Amino acid sequence: MDGGSCNGCEIEIGSSFGPVYDAERLGIRLVASPRHADGLMVTGPVTHNMVGPLQKTLEATPGPKIVIAVGDCALDCGAFRDGYGVAGTVADFVPVDVEIPGCPPDPSAIVAALRGLIG
Amino acid sequence: MTVPAAVGALIQVTLVIAVAPILTGLMRATRAKLEGRAGPSVVQPWRDIRKLLHKERIKPEYSGWVFLLAPRVLLASGLMVVVLVPLITTATALGGSGDLFAVVYLVLLGTVFLVLAGLDPGTAFGGMGASRAITVAALAEPAFLLAIFALSVRAGSSSLATIVDSVLAEPRSLASPGSLLALAAVSVVVLAESGRLPVDNPSTHLELTMIHESMVLEYAGPDLAVVELASQVRLTIFLGLIANLFAPWGIAVTTHPADLAIGTGVVVAKLALLGVVIATFEVFVAKMRLFRVPELLTAAFILAFLAITMSFFLT
Amino acid sequence: MSAGTWGLAFAAAAGGIGTIAALVTVGPTRRWLVGILSGLSAAAGGATAILVLVGHGPVTVHLPQILPLAGVELNLDALGAVFVLAVAIVALPASIYGIGYTAHGLNRRSVQAMYPLFIVSLLLVPAAASVSTLLLLWEAMALTSLVLVAAEHRERSEVREAAWWYGSMSHLSMIAILMALVVFAGHAPGETFEALRMSGRHLSSSTRSFVFVLSLVGFGTKAGVVPLHVWLPRAHPEAPSHVSALMSGAMVNLGIYGVLRVTWDLLGGGPIWWGITVLFVGVTSALFGILHALVARDLKRLLAYSTSENMGLILVAVGAAGIYSSSGNPMLAGVAITAALLHIVNHAAFKGLLFLGAGSVVAATGTRDLDRMGGLLARMPVTGAAFAVGSLAIMALPPFNGFVSEWLLLKSLVQGLPASSVAISVTMPIAVGAVALTGGLAAAAFAKAFGTGFLARPRSPQVEAAAEVGGTMQTGMVSLAVACLGLGLAPFALLDVLRRAGAALPSLWGGEPVRSVGVTLHTGGLTGSLSPLFIGGGLILLVVLIPVVLRLLGVAGRRRVAENWGSGRSLQTARMEYTATSFAEPLQRVFDDVLRPEFDLAVTHTAESRYYVEAVRYRVGIVDGFETHVYRPLIRVAKRWGEMSRWVQNGSIHRYLAYLFVALLIVLLVSQ
Repeated sequence: MDGGSCNGCEIEIGSSFGPVYDAERLGIRLVASPRHADGLMVTGPVTHNMVGPLQKTLEATPGPKIVIAVGDCALDCGAFRDGYGVAGTVADFVPVDVEIPGCPPDPSAIVAALRGLIG
Repeated sequence: MTVPAAVGALIQVTLVIAVAPILTGLMRATRAKLEGRAGPSVVQPWRDIRKLLHKERIKPEYSGWVFLLAPRVLLASGLMVVVLVPLITTATALGGSGDLFAVVYLVLLGTVFLVLAGLDPGTAFGGMGASRAITVAALAEPAFLLAIFALSVRAGSSSLATIVDSVLAEPRSLASPGSLLALAAVSVVVLAESGRLPVDNPSTHLELTMIHESMVLEYAGPDLAVVELASQVRLTIFLGLIANLFAPWGIAVTTHPADLAIGTGVVVAKLALLGVVIATFEVFVAKMRLFRVPELLTAAFILAFLAITMSFFLT
Repeated sequence: MSAGTWGLAFAAAAGGIGTIAALVTVGPTRRWLVGILSGLSAAAGGATAILVLVGHGPVTVHLPQILPLAGVELNLDALGAVFVLAVAIVALPASIYGIGYTAHGLNRRSVQAMYPLFIVSLLLVPAAASVSTLLLLWEAMALTSLVLVAAEHRERSEVREAAWWYGSMSHLSMIAILMALVVFAGHAPGETFEALRMSGRHLSSSTRSFVFVLSLVGFGTKAGVVPLHVWLPRAHPEAPSHVSALMSGAMVNLGIYGVLRVTWDLLGGGPIWWGITVLFVGVTSALFGILHALVARDLKRLLAYSTSENMGLILVAVGAAGIYSSSGNPMLAGVAITAALLHIVNHAAFKGLLFLGAGSVVAATGTRDLDRMGGLLARMPVTGAAFAVGSLAIMALPPFNGFVSEWLLLKSLVQGLPASSVAISVTMPIAVGAVALTGGLAAAAFAKAFGTGFLARPRSPQVEAAAEVGGTMQTGMVSLAVACLGLGLAPFALLDVLRRAGAALPSLWGGEPVRSVGVTLHTGGLTGSLSPLFIGGGLILLVVLIPVVLRLLGVAGRRRVAENWGSGRSLQTARMEYTATSFAEPLQRVFDDVLRPEFDLAVTHTAESRYYVEAVRYRVGIVDGFETHVYRPLIRVAKRWGEMSRWVQNGSIHRYLAYLFVALLIVLLVSQ
């Protein structure tokens, strides 16, 4: 779920599932629909236009579910703080369970955070 | 109906349910290895199903009983096919209850319900997937039926057990051009019906390129688990059919426990081999454009047609 | 009088009283009386047919006084009884349904008075046992149905056009049948079917072929086979829906009956090209019909084209039977003819059901356009469920009845190989390919009809406001749905019956083509067996068991109702759904060489810039190729001919006197 990021975090998420970091070896997969998901990775500051879709996406996910805020922007709006289009951080709109800091976070940090979730 | 024969059918159902997710896991693992990744464990699909069973159930608004019924019909039709086809043994008493034609219509029943379930919630992606899936199914069915026709001509029967027995009795008939063409046609149909590359990409995340996945976008939790298991069962049936129609060696012809044990081992090995072959094939091909798929299926149709002609003139 | 004679007499009497009741009563009384009496007539006809089929022997009635010179000869044998049974299966529920349906502006004297007569003529046509009786009843059937088709001619101009097409085509077919039978009777010692049957085999081969071709054209028109089908997709949609059900479920079958009766009973079969001709007519109808059904937007038009398709499938089986019998294989012919007869009964049940369902939709929403429907299952649960059953049955899916007859049909085609005859080895693979393709496309067409019509959300305000129809209409639909399931699970109950009917066609019957051992069907020839009860019952059992197993595994039963997943968009409307047109678009593209759709794409740009679009209009129309390329030119020629004759016929009395004078002169000169 991209709340309005610069796509840096997406690239790092993408490479977490690439041949080098290979998050799929842990049984974690990216899925096509929130209905199939257990967790929501949210990147970027939440822009005004994306508040509704963010909440709808969480609503569409079947419980039990977790929200993972990925990257500094998701945590505190980062460089976009006080931007005219920015509505707030992810935690302002949905309850965040896991935070992965970094701008962008290292794929190994992402994989480690996901690894921590599956116990 | 004799008790051992019913036991044979029961073992088949249990085996297929147990093996189907592992087969999918094996194909994903093979793919990962060839792409240079470590890849997930082969039992990961089983873990996914266990997890999904304990998640929340969701019913989209506007959808009705068709949406709720579809996963069950999909799985039920798959399991009925398992009862009818000879995977471990040709001596199941239930084999006489339906032949290859019945198998085709049972498979179509599952497809049609999935298509209707894709339309039911009224989303654009569901309708898109439904429209594409029925296009593929409508064109795959004639190719499938013609290929079956070719096989039945060879054996003088459309009963699966008889076809398998006839190959066992006369292995040389497999090398005939008719059989090989029929094998090619059936392979294309199987790839299309089970949603594999190059017809459909089972691991895509982009809705516009989906066929099967976009029909099940709305399913969550236990319903999704049933859909996934049913799709895996269907794939296993298709591969099992190919294995036993074109390479039936090792299948039990009695219901003796020792034969059944051997038959079980052999069919698992054959499935694993075919799974690895298909996964390897998928690494090397790209998905076709949607409107090229009918050409592929037409080719299968013509191959099957030639197979019939061959089996008539060249025997 | 025997029980059978009483049955036929009761059927005719109930129909007659129904007509009188329609003429003398008004208001709801008329609807109820017509419905009940027509239903009784159908029930009596059906009971008579069952009596004949369980072995009570044929019912013979001889009424010398009714028709001058010839008298009326009726003889209901087992073959005719199958068709009477098929008529009764539709007519009884359709009559009950009609009680509620005609309340929507159709309770007029003319319409209601014709309805019972139509049913009686349908019931009696298969019992006709002489040429004059057959032609009389055939014409009665054509005229009563024509009045019924034209019922709503004041409301819609399309109805008038449909009635014109129907009237013209059914009279052209009448001419063909008349010529065939008159020539046949002219070469025989009498005009009763018995006399024809005795001399049929001994006529010269050119006469026999003449009779075969003309009767195939005449009866084929009634069955709606391509290219003589043009009236069908016009008349069936425009007729009131319970009449459409009768026309599509019962009347078209009588075309097949005519082909079977004349060609393989009275003429006693013929050379192999007869069978091949019938088979290819069937293949063409099946493919052409289903392709047009696939792209139709009008729900009833879709059903009408699918009738063409199903008649095609039946003719494929009949043709195959002819080919097998001509090449000396009567047992294989028996399997094929069993498939044909079983499919006739099954088609009557599911097509009747689908038309009644479509009628309920029309009554509730006022539209037949699938693109405007959607969401009807939630609004009309009974109609929707009944339509779902009909759709699954016509897709030939277990556990419903279409599955069994399509299985038998495929078996009958497949078992011809390996064969000794080249004709068989060439035609049968083509037939299997065509039947298989038809089956696949039928699944797409009816997934479209049910999926875009009844599922998802409504796409127009009328449909949004739709409500379930009344009790009599529901009864009609539910009883046919039950019939579809019953015939699907226990078709072996019908097999004995079909054996007697097959025996009435000795040229197409030999040995024991289809046996039922317990609940399993076995076919002769290329072996194979099917147990519909086991497959259907197993499916139903598994569907019931799966949730139980899930519950045992600790799965929660309750579901949270959540908003549809639309990628998080805040605005999701029914306009974003797939419509019937878009659903069928990929297949329409695949077959655009045959369908030749006409596209029209108009893009309006904003005044400020060409890069911004103000409106896009996309229109796609698909017309019947035979209509534009064959019938329109023919009609043009006929019109020009008519205009030319206007010069001769200008209404002036002097000129007519001159004609008389010239004619007299010519006669005198010639006779000199």
